[in-house]
This record gives sequence, structure tokens and C-alpha cells, in this order.
Amino acid sequence: MATLETTFAGIKCINPFWLASAPPTNCGEQIMRAFDAGWGGAVWKTIGEPITNVSSRYSSIDWNGQKMMGFNNIELISDRPTEVNLREIAEVKRRYPKHVVIASLMVESKRETWHEMVQRAEDAGADGLELNFGCPHGMSERGMGSAVGQVPEYCEQITSWVKEKARTPVIVKLTPNISDIRLPARAAKRAGADALSAINTINSITGIDLETLEPRPNVDGKSSHGGYCGPAVKPIALNMVQQVNSDHVDGAPLPMSGIGGIASWQDAAEFILLGAGTVQVCTAAMHYGYRIVEDMGDGLLAWMRRKGYSTIDDFRGLSLPNVREWKNLNLNFRVVAEIHADKCIGCQLCYTACWDGAHQCIHLDRTEGGMGAPVAGTDPRYAHDEPNPHGKPTPAMVVAESAKTISMTPIAKLDLDGIGSSSAVTPLERIPRVDEDECVGCNLCSLVCPVPDCITMERRETGLPFESWEERVAKGKVSEEAAVTGNPNL
Amino acid sequence: MSESTSFFEKAPGSPEVAACFPDLHPPFERTAAVTEAHRCLYCFDAPCMAACPTHIDVPKFIKKIASGNLEGSAKTILDANILGASCSRACPVDVLCEGACVMHRYNKQPIEIGRLQRFAMDALHASGAPLPFTPGKDIGKRVALIGGGPASLACAAELRRRGVSAEIFDARPLPGGLNTYGIAEYKLPLKESLREIDMLAQLGVTFHFSTVVDTKKLAEIDSKYDAVFLGIGLGAIHMLGIAGEELEGVTNALDFIAGYKSGAITVVPPKVAVIGAGNTAIDAANAAVRLGASEVHMVYRRGPEQMSAFAFEYEHAKQEGVKFLWHVAPVRLAGAGKVHGVELAKLEATANGSLVPRQGENFTLAVDLIVLAIGQATHADFLSGDKVKLERGRIVVDRATGQTSVAKYFAGGDCTNGGREVVDAVADGKRAGIGISAWLEGQNGNA
Repeated sequence: MATLETTFAGIKCINPFWLASAPPTNCGEQIMRAFDAGWGGAVWKTIGEPITNVSSRYSSIDWNGQKMMGFNNIELISDRPTEVNLREIAEVKRRYPKHVVIASLMVESKRETWHEMVQRAEDAGADGLELNFGCPHGMSERGMGSAVGQVPEYCEQITSWVKEKARTPVIVKLTPNISDIRLPARAAKRAGADALSAINTINSITGIDLETLEPRPNVDGKSSHGGYCGPAVKPIALNMVQQVNSDHVDGAPLPMSGIGGIASWQDAAEFILLGAGTVQVCTAAMHYGYRIVEDMGDGLLAWMRRKGYSTIDDFRGLSLPNVREWKNLNLNFRVVAEIHADKCIGCQLCYTACWDGAHQCIHLDRTEGGMGAPVAGTDPRYAHDEPNPHGKPTPAMVVAESAKTISMTPIAKLDLDGIGSSSAVTPLERIPRVDEDECVGCNLCSLVCPVPDCITMERRETGLPFESWEERVAKGKVSEEAAVTGNPNL
Repeated sequence: MSESTSFFEKAPGSPEVAACFPDLHPPFERTAAVTEAHRCLYCFDAPCMAACPTHIDVPKFIKKIASGNLEGSAKTILDANILGASCSRACPVDVLCEGACVMHRYNKQPIEIGRLQRFAMDALHASGAPLPFTPGKDIGKRVALIGGGPASLACAAELRRRGVSAEIFDARPLPGGLNTYGIAEYKLPLKESLREIDMLAQLGVTFHFSTVVDTKKLAEIDSKYDAVFLGIGLGAIHMLGIAGEELEGVTNALDFIAGYKSGAITVVPPKVAVIGAGNTAIDAANAAVRLGASEVHMVYRRGPEQMSAFAFEYEHAKQEGVKFLWHVAPVRLAGAGKVHGVELAKLEATANGSLVPRQGENFTLAVDLIVLAIGQATHADFLSGDKVKLERGRIVVDRATGQTSVAKYFAGGDCTNGGREVVDAVADGKRAGIGISAWLEGQNGNA
């Protein structure tokens, strides 16, 4: 029987889905409704010296008709008095004892101030503390947030002050606005942090209003760089989570609460596969409300059952060994694109993508015997001569040819051969062909193809054993020589 | 003699009739248009573009709707099809662009190209902006265009863009030919056709209205112009050749449609029979329903599988409540001064496929109005003699240039293609306009 129950840094969790410290966790009333909706935990909107916010605060970018692909904010930490937040934490914990409440904290960089805040948060009943060393806007100008996270020494110093006092697990939230996120992660670990969370938001300007020339979000005609999040940042977050979780420089990695563009059970599974023990969500809940958590749990459980996993720990980190440095990838592995004609709808997006964006190896010659061309089995990654070696028509030539055709409205009584061909079947001349001897296996065509499983990447045996770039270099080969090693064309 | 702008303001018509013919395909609201535009896959060398006789770059104009560049979208349409607004409403898109959409093979719902095109064109008209083209530098050549329908209009636009003078001669008082007078009002209102032609006038196309071109007039034109474009369309609708056709209450589909579109006909009597089963017949039958007829029959000598109307038109007529009498032919129109019935013979096919009446099975359908829609004759006779070569009444042209057997004569539209769609006429006219310019330049080069 699969379960979502898990333990994170010693904190028992009914599920791994936490709301990140943000507007959805602004107050107790919200958090209790979120728990009713199914969230397992909430990281309270960062508590500290109350601030004054600006209006407006949020901005987003839409993409091809989809709203909020990326989102940003210039909102600061909680604008509510600390005692109100702490009183509500106590109330939430009294009414929802099995749900996780983490107090996110940010105060000025003084040992006594941190000690006092830690004491008060824990007295209120918080299950753990999250140190906000990541907020990239506003607070950083006051020496807090990412101003701390970007300097490993500060990160280590403040974490150690907190650990002097804390009785509950301490989670350090990392900023992505740094060249190597492993450095503050190591600093937190040295200071005794119990866990990490990553990533906080990314410095961003979401856009400029083309009428007023003012950036968004607009505050009296001006704006400021804000923290970027939402679906667009997920790949960046996955990379940083992987980097930290694969870092064994100071011993085993700390528990990680993954954050960044998570909106679905698939997103959650990916973060967990890269080592996250819990996941935190903000933008998706701001977009659609707390209700999204139902499918995150339902879908994740269904996937776990299908894959045979009983617990989150059963699959946590399983994909980490599959992420390697480039130099350790197999240079002798080769795939080529295959277009499945029975699925092709004839949009020819693969054709134009391959010609303009890749390696000019997709052609429109099925009706001219293209499929009959013998495959030599050559690997074009070793052939660096001119493009389009067979002199196939370029996209411009194809379009020019089409422009010359004369077409008419098919009218039954005038066109005795009947009304056109059926639009249910893709005409053969619309179905592109991949020249295997030219295909480098880049994936682009399969990525642009709108039809599932229409273009697949098929393995071609090179007959050569695994060999990485690192191995080639280790054998003492110089670049030129190493580049041609294994070249089946030579 | 020459008139230029504001045909739109002179548009005849009746508000009562207009109220009976709301848009069959209502315009897109902006957010719906953008959503639909985003659905377009942006095919390379798109099948919709190939299927369009004028080769409008459909993915390009759709992506410009998605990006909010409506001005550029309209320009993309007009660059290929100067009557892009009319075509967006009048085109049988099911058998053209939308019929070719790859979505048929993907998730089955083609992109609504026609409505998107109308959205872009409506936006241009609403902006009040002129055509995004200017006349070319005057090359000192004059072309006469006979007939003011879509073929001549498209040809004239191409000529003006290339600096050639273009003068249109038309027998009617307003331009546009069947585009103005012959398309079902719920597809293309008469005034919308005129609005579009107003924009063409901005290019410096001039018009000679109420001018019938006969052999004598043609000779006069021939002597004054450097080239002639024949966009004369087809002639009158065929007669049945049976007794009673002279009776009051017998008309033909083109007169009937032109009549209600221009406001001359505002009501029809209760019982109407339309003879024929082509697209024009269906337009007439649907109009009769909307103008108040209580019983409209379409009468056709063959069965539904042989009707020349598009399948979607047949479906539309059924939805309007039109009834169909298959395998029957009129043998006599009955009435005293005014028609009150049509005697119909039941037909059966013989072994060789010809249709013969079944003896003794004639019956009479009571009617107050008979509308003939059994195809148009040609009317190119005035070209006979040593003028251009005809084939079964159609003017023979080189399809790429529109040039006829006589070098300075070009032709396009229904008079060459046998009677197709507005978009076919536009495509013919466009090719001819380019062809004429090239030919005129060749003349210059030789001179």
C-alpha cells in the first residue's frame, strides 16, 4: 500500500506537499484552509520586523495564450506584527497538530535578534524553522535575504547563531542568484543546518509596457527587479537541487525541500527523484488556489503504485546517479530520428526546424524515391564537410515551388475527378524523411513535432564500447585525435 | 463619367431584409480570435496556403493575430488577396483552406481560418486605415477592364500597384459584380462588398458604370487602351424551355438574390420552388425561407449524391427547413397570368445513364414563386470573329498569365473557369494583372 507519509529532517509529514513561504501562507486563516484542501505543511510567510509593501507587487509573463508561465513579485516579508503571526501559528498547530508548520524567519544580522526570534517561533509551536537567505528584492538592500545567502560566510555565521538556540530542525533556504549554489549550501552544513530548501526566486524584470515604456510591476511609473518563479524556472531549480544533492564535498547531503515551478505531481516526482524529501509550492497555488494539491497527491500515488514504490523514500534520489558531467557521457552512443508516417499530419515543422535550427537532414522527397535511398550507416558527427551534401531543395526553394501552383475551388460538376483528396489522410509528399546518414540525433524534430510518438529517436548500434571524453583524454589523446576516435567513417 | 469613392454610402438595401440575414458565421470576439490563433500549428509550406487559390500566407496572418499585430495581419492577407474581407466571408472554406488544415488529422477540429481572416480584415476597416499599398510609379500604360466583378477588381489592384492605369467598365450602377449582387446576404452583405471596393478606389482604380460593352464599344476600347482584361463572368441563367415560363412569378436565382440584396424584394409569397441543386439554388432557397416563405422546395432531376452544391450547403439548407424533391423535372408551369403550380415528372435512369420520365406519374406542386437555378449560360458572343478563342463559350487563357489567344487580351474569373468562387476570380485576376504588367513591360522593352 503506497503512502505519501514521510519524515523530513525528523519532522513527520502526512504528505510531502508544503506551501512555500509566500502570500498563500500569509496568515493562519489561509493556512488552515490549505490544510483542509490537503496540503501537508506550510512554511509561514517570512516573519520579521514588519515592513511596508508597495502597490502593485506582482507581474507575470504569458506564453502563446497560456497565462503566468513565469511570475515575479516585489513583495517583501510579512507586513503583520510578529506577535500576530506567532499567535496564529499557535492556533494552527493547536487545531492541526498533524500538519507541519514551519516558521520562516528573517531578521537583522545580529546574534541576539536571531536568538530572540528563534525562541519565540519555537515557543509558538513551529515544527521547524526556515531561514530566509534567499529573498532577492528589497530585503537584500537592507542586508538581509539574498544579501546573506550570496555570501557563504554570512550564511554560515547566522545559521550557527540560530543553531545555538534552536530545538527544532533548521532549514536554510538558498538563493539561486549566485554562481555556485553549492557554496552557501556547504556553509549552512558547516554551521549545523538540519536541512536545505531551494530555490528561492530569481532576479528578474518580467517585461516593459510598450505603451508607457515602464517596467512591470508598475509602482508609480517605476519598478524594481523582482523574484522570478513559476513553471518557467523549474528546469533551473531542478539543476540547482541536483547540484546540491550530488555534492559530497562535506559528507552526505542534507535533506532538501525542493522549490521552483512545481505545479503537478509530475513536477513533484522529478524533484524527489533528484533527492528532494518534500516539495514546496507557491505560484501554482496563487494561480489556481489550494485545490491543486488534490491531484498532486492522487497522481503521485497512482504513479508510485504503477512503479512499485511504497514510500517517498523508495524513489527519492534515484535519478541523481543519472546526472553526470558532460565529460562522462558515452560518446559512442548514437540515436537517429525516425518519422512514423502513419502518425504524421504533414505540418512539416520538423523539416523547417531541422533546416534552420539543426543539421539540414530532413527532406521532402518521399515521392521522389527518398525512402529508397540506401543507409550507409555513417555517423555525421564525424563528418564536418558541407551541409546538404545531396543538394536537396532548401526551404526557400520548397516555398517558391508551392507559390507557382495554381489551385482552384473544387466544384463537383466542373471537376469530374471529384472533390480533392481526403483531408483525413496525409499526402505522401507532405511527410518528411530523415536522412539517417546526416542525422546527428539532436532531438529537435521530435521536440517540435506536435503529434505524440510521431517522431521517435531510435538507437543505432555503433559497435563501439562505452567511451567518454574523459577517458579519451586520459588515454593521452590530443583534441584533434580524440575528436576522431571511434570515427566509423575513417 | 469616372466615379471614385463612397460606394458603401450609396449601398441600396432594406433594413427589414438585413434583419432576416444575420451573419451565418458570426465575427470572432478578440480573446476568442487570439485563442484560436494560438491553436494554429504554424505549418511550414502550409496546406491551407496551397489550397487557397490566392495563396494567402495563412499561418503568417494568423500568427500576427496571436502577436497582436493586426495591421500586419491584414496586410499579409491583402498582399495575396485584395478582396480578403469578402473572401473571408464568402469562401467555402470547408473545401479550401480549412478543408486542407492538418488539424483534420490531429485533433479533428480545423483552425477557423475564415473567421480569423474576417477578424483581421474587420480590424483594418474599423481602424479607418487605407489599403497598406500605394500605386506604383506611372509607366504610361492604360488597361481597360470589362466587368466590375472580383476578377477585374483584383486585376486592377495588381495593375495599379505596378503603375498601370486601370479603368473598369460595368453594366451595373455599382461595382463588384456577383460579389456585390450575388452572394447570400448572411455570408456577405452587399454593403460589405462595397466597403472593400471603396478601399480599392484609393489605389486610383477608376470606374465607368452603367456601361454595356458590346462589339462596337469593344472596338472603341480596343483603339484606346494598351491592353484589355475580360472579367465578364457568365450570362443569364438557363431557361427550362417548357410552357409557362413567361408567367408572372417565374424568376431566376441571380435576379432573385440581387433583388433582395438591393432591397427591391423584401417579401416572398408562401410557396416557393427552386429548380436546380447547385450552390446558387441553395442560396435562393434559403433566402426564400428567410424572406417569409412557408414552404420552400428544391427540385432536382437527380439525387442528393449528384447535386453540385457543397455538402455543407446541403446541410445548411436542410437546417433552414428547405424541402427536397429528388428525381423529378418540371414539364409545365401552370397558371393564368400568374404561376400557381409546376407539373413535375418523375424520372428514372436508363441503362446508359440518361434520365427518362416515368409515364403516368406526373404530379403538380402548388407554387407562388418559381426560381430557376439550373446554371448560367456564357455571354462571350460579342468577342466572336477574330477576337479571342473560346471553348464551349469559355474564354481560353494561359492559366499562369491570363493571356488569351489575342496578345493584348487577358481574361479571368467565371468567363474562363466556368463559374467558381469569388476567390477563384480574385486569383485569376491577380495572375492576369501581373501577366498584363509583364506583357506591357515587354512591349516597352521591344519598343
